[in-house]
Amino acid sequence: MSYLDEIPITPIADKPSTANRTGTWRTFRPIIEYEKCTRCMICWKFCPDVAITLENGGEYEATNDKIKQMVDKAPVIDYVHCKGCGICANECPVNAIQMVKEG
Amino acid sequence: MIEIRFHGRGGQGAVIASEMVAVAAASEGYDVSAFPYFGVERRGAPVTAFTRLDRRPIRTKCQIYEPDYVVILDTALLETVDVLAGLKESGVVLVNTDKTPADMKAILKTDRRVITVDATAIAIRNRLGSSASPIVNTAIVGAFARISGLLSLESTKKSVMDLAPVKKENNAQAAEDAYNETKEE
Amino acid sequence: MVKKVITGNGASANGARLAKPKVIAAYPITPQTSIIEKLALMVSNGELDAKFIKVESEHSAMAACIAAQNTGVRTYTASSSHGLALMHELLMWASGARLPIVMTDVNRAMGPPWSIWADQQDTIAQRDTGWIQFYVASNQEALDTIILAYKVAETVNLPAMSIEDAFILSHTMESVDIPEQETVDSFLPPYEPKFRLKVGEPMGFGSLVMPEGYMEFRYKISEAMDEARNVIRTVGKEFGETFGRKYGLVEEYKTDDAEVVLVIAGSVASTAMEVVDMMRDEGKKAGVLRIRSFRPFPYEEIRKVAKQAGLIGVFDRSYTGGFGGAIGTEVKGALYNSDASLPVKNYIAGLGGRDITPKVLRKIFEDMFESLNGGVKKEVEWVGLRDGSGRW
Repeated sequence: MSYLDEIPITPIADKPSTANRTGTWRTFRPIIEYEKCTRCMICWKFCPDVAITLENGGEYEATNDKIKQMVDKAPVIDYVHCKGCGICANECPVNAIQMVKEG
Repeated sequence: MIEIRFHGRGGQGAVIASEMVAVAAASEGYDVSAFPYFGVERRGAPVTAFTRLDRRPIRTKCQIYEPDYVVILDTALLETVDVLAGLKESGVVLVNTDKTPADMKAILKTDRRVITVDATAIAIRNRLGSSASPIVNTAIVGAFARISGLLSLESTKKSVMDLAPVKKENNAQAAEDAYNETKEE
Repeated sequence: MVKKVITGNGASANGARLAKPKVIAAYPITPQTSIIEKLALMVSNGELDAKFIKVESEHSAMAACIAAQNTGVRTYTASSSHGLALMHELLMWASGARLPIVMTDVNRAMGPPWSIWADQQDTIAQRDTGWIQFYVASNQEALDTIILAYKVAETVNLPAMSIEDAFILSHTMESVDIPEQETVDSFLPPYEPKFRLKVGEPMGFGSLVMPEGYMEFRYKISEAMDEARNVIRTVGKEFGETFGRKYGLVEEYKTDDAEVVLVIAGSVASTAMEVVDMMRDEGKKAGVLRIRSFRPFPYEEIRKVAKQAGLIGVFDRSYTGGFGGAIGTEVKGALYNSDASLPVKNYIAGLGGRDITPKVLRKIFEDMFESLNGGVKKEVEWVGLRDGSGRW
């Protein structure tokens, strides 16, 4: 069958763009220091690839009691999709995100 | 094909009058078209509307330049609008006025047939609009039915009832009054 | 069936109602406004079960129709002139996305000079957007064409436009047969989309295609448009069997033995048929070929008429700066590689709503007869130009 016969009448992607594992594009890896992190969520808001999710409990639980009272969720980087653009590190108001070279 | 031109001012209902004549004629088996002058009308400004009637399908899709009938809803227009423009030799003028046809003929300076009806008095009597700004279109439609002989009183009243947005009975009565009170010399 | 005296816009609104769109998104513009006013009223009083989306522009109206249609429902919109121009980008998207959206355009001139009156510049300028274009000549046809357009569009998966003249149809009352809903339902079955976005099943529409893959998608649009030519003929015939009014790509009027044939799209063709009868009463063999479908272009029908005619005149109510009118150049294009060899004269007329009366059309026919005998002196001529020459 030719390409012309195979293709649909209009291009349709049946997989969402999360199927693309863009984490392999990274040169620098963002690492969050949870002791410094105030859970302000600015990194989560700014991430252009929606590669920061919000999680609660366990290792992400705030150690600072004041923060704990205010919010129970912490930003977590999805390294399968994070391209390492560094916007989160740049925006973080308390410098809680460090960019570390991969490899 | 019969071509009718209506002259009124925005708010008097000239456009609806052209439509009432069309709807009444359609119910009597005519093919019809009715349309306003393709301008930008505003309340008080001169308004022109047209109706075509024919026993054959109407294919002509342009404005009317040589009408068989001219219907004037407001004599104040005579000063600013050439209401008789293009009227056929055999054409007829119907005017809303309390004057006699002979007087109106002199004012219009025309040798065409002139017929008058006091649509304003009929409208006020039937409480259509306000006395300062009576809505005369349904009376004039009744008068047109009478003088043209094209429409029965019955189909005219039915069309008026269908299209008048309010006071349907009063409007139909105005059409009937005008049908009976129209004067020709 | 109910016979009613209604305007062209009333007819279009009723055509849309009978086709049962689930989403209507529109922005008002003179002289289209009363179409969507009527539809908004029908939605609010429950006569039409649809979602009416008020949008902030025509660009958004078409975007809303595209998104809604992608979920698998029938959609409708209407616009005119500058509104249609603002829609341009999304018109391209609708056809590329192969969504059978149907819209009405009320043909209105483009500014400046600012004008609200009829000419075909707005839709002719959208010729290359991949939309099927039907130009109607009566209010009845405005209603019928919307129903017919959905069927054609949904068969070939291309959007379609029903086009009515500003004021001459849009605001003019004529007698119109309004078909019963059951009859329309029997002719136009519920919409069955080829693909649709469902909740919980993520899909991407209109994705990026690299240069080695792009052309084939466009080729498929071109194939669909060619297929539409036959689909319009078949569906038009079927429409005739159901409703008693048959439609094709063109309407021929006394072309069989005509020495001169005037090609026209839109309501002027109707007046021209009246004039043909006047000419015939005087023994002058004139005919009219009304183009109903401009896209796809009815080149076969034009070649057939050209085989026996002596001269073709083309009436364009728009112009394409540089070489006459679009219909004029396309008629000539259709004839170039055919057996026909006859002169073609292009008339530009009626721009910005200038009234086309039987008198004007008569002069055009007379000029065609003169050109038939004495040769075409001017290939493209502007009719009724107030240039002091007194020619028209």
